[in-house]
Amino acid sequence: MTKDKSRPAKPSPAAALTQLTVVEVKTHLPPSGAALGAGEIREVSSEWTLKDRVGGWKVRWGIGRNSYRVRPGLYALGEPDRRSPVLVSANYKLSFDVLRRAMAGGKAWILVLDSDGVNVWCAAGKGTLGTEELVHRIRSTNLPEVVDHRKLIVPQLGAVGIAAHEVKKHSGFRVVFGPVRAGDLPRFLDNGFKADNAMRTVTFTLRERLVLVPMEIVPAMRYAVPVLLLLVLFGGFGRWGYSTEALLRNGASAAAALAGALLAGAVITPLLLPWLPGRSFSAKGFVPGLAWALLFVFPAGAFLPETANLSPWETAAWVLALPALSAFLSMNFTGSSTVTSLSGVKKEMRYAFPLQAIGALGGLLLWVAGHFLGGRA
Amino acid sequence: MTLLYLRDVTTLRLHEEACTGCKVCTLVCPRDVLKMEGKKARIIEKDACIECGACALNCAFDAITVKAGVGCANAIINSKLGRKNACCVIDDDRDVCTSC
Ligand code: SF4
Ligand code: SF4
Repeated sequence: MTKDKSRPAKPSPAAALTQLTVVEVKTHLPPSGAALGAGEIREVSSEWTLKDRVGGWKVRWGIGRNSYRVRPGLYALGEPDRRSPVLVSANYKLSFDVLRRAMAGGKAWILVLDSDGVNVWCAAGKGTLGTEELVHRIRSTNLPEVVDHRKLIVPQLGAVGIAAHEVKKHSGFRVVFGPVRAGDLPRFLDNGFKADNAMRTVTFTLRERLVLVPMEIVPAMRYAVPVLLLLVLFGGFGRWGYSTEALLRNGASAAAALAGALLAGAVITPLLLPWLPGRSFSAKGFVPGLAWALLFVFPAGAFLPETANLSPWETAAWVLALPALSAFLSMNFTGSSTVTSLSGVKKEMRYAFPLQAIGALGGLLLWVAGHFLGGRA
Repeated sequence: MTLLYLRDVTTLRLHEEACTGCKVCTLVCPRDVLKMEGKKARIIEKDACIECGACALNCAFDAITVKAGVGCANAIINSKLGRKNACCVIDDDRDVCTSC
């Protein structure tokens, strides 16, 4: 195998060390020129280092997410030979990491496409990962010289951007769509490259939804924090003119109300999704929002001193606004879910948005008006 | 249990006369929307379709049409606001798009 210059002839402790460092982490690559060229094959390990773990965690919480990528090109996992399978991956580092971990103990070539650092599904949907990029990468890595067979295993969701019959026409390689989940790869390979129904379909289990929750909270904060600041700002003004004491009390009550709505829309709704009534996400999200609103305005005085003696105005304001906010935040989950369609989300937004806006604005007006007209000072 | 989204919204259409029965669409659909019935593909669970476009793209005989896209409220808001970048993330070993 004369082509792979960077592969050490024999694995040694030193080689093992370099294996772990060849995967580029958090480097912002220029769009071109950074890919591995023909004959430049990097060896990678199936182990996850501490750095990989921290990186995966950071990416879920939205820290430096945009720069988490791998250099496109051909990688060797576990000393593959000319008959080893070729697995296609996106150059989003977490996709790549999950793939190499799933293949622990196996031998494979990994062909990393330039998907602009995003995962297979998103990239295929956006058109950055498609037939053209795959055909190009087969050529630029000189893959036909590296393996004897003409078969590529593409993750099932790559089919959104990759047309198997076109790849065959332009490169001679036959695309076999593999399982949706990288974890099923070993079973798929043992099965003689056959994906059963369960491997081929997307799921949306409680655990899968749970993993997504942190990514719902971060964007939800982006809406909740400005709303809270607005309420705190208004909270000080009322019949009494301006009072810092009122600002603190009303601000604290608003903070508690909003925190609950955020929890309802960004955490409870995703987790309870299959069991909440209705098909649209906003209808589902409305329910925990309403439950929270009622909990907040009625027995609230009993356990939250900030909300004791809410005026009828404030009560009405929260009952109107909190379910609307929860419903709005729930719609954010359409993107991470595996069940929505573009036509459906567009339809949902057309009727749900105006209602949510009315709820939120109506609530705000009632809340502010209550401080001028309503009960407590 | 398949969680179904809104009723009767998908733009998915199967043109039976063009279908050669090659089965490819039933293999690429991640939502089990299509099944073979005799020598023809059939839409068996319309409301499960997420309009990903995999079936239409991989049908070499142009027997399927669908207006493909990503069902993400935030992406729609972003594009209405003229923003270009949405983020994606992977859920352990399966891809998902999250908006940010
Ligand atoms: S891919 Fe096209 S031709 Fe083949 S079974 Fe499906 S609809 Fe018919
Ligand atoms: S668009 Fe996607 S989900 Fe809908 S039928 Fe085709 S492959 Fe299945």
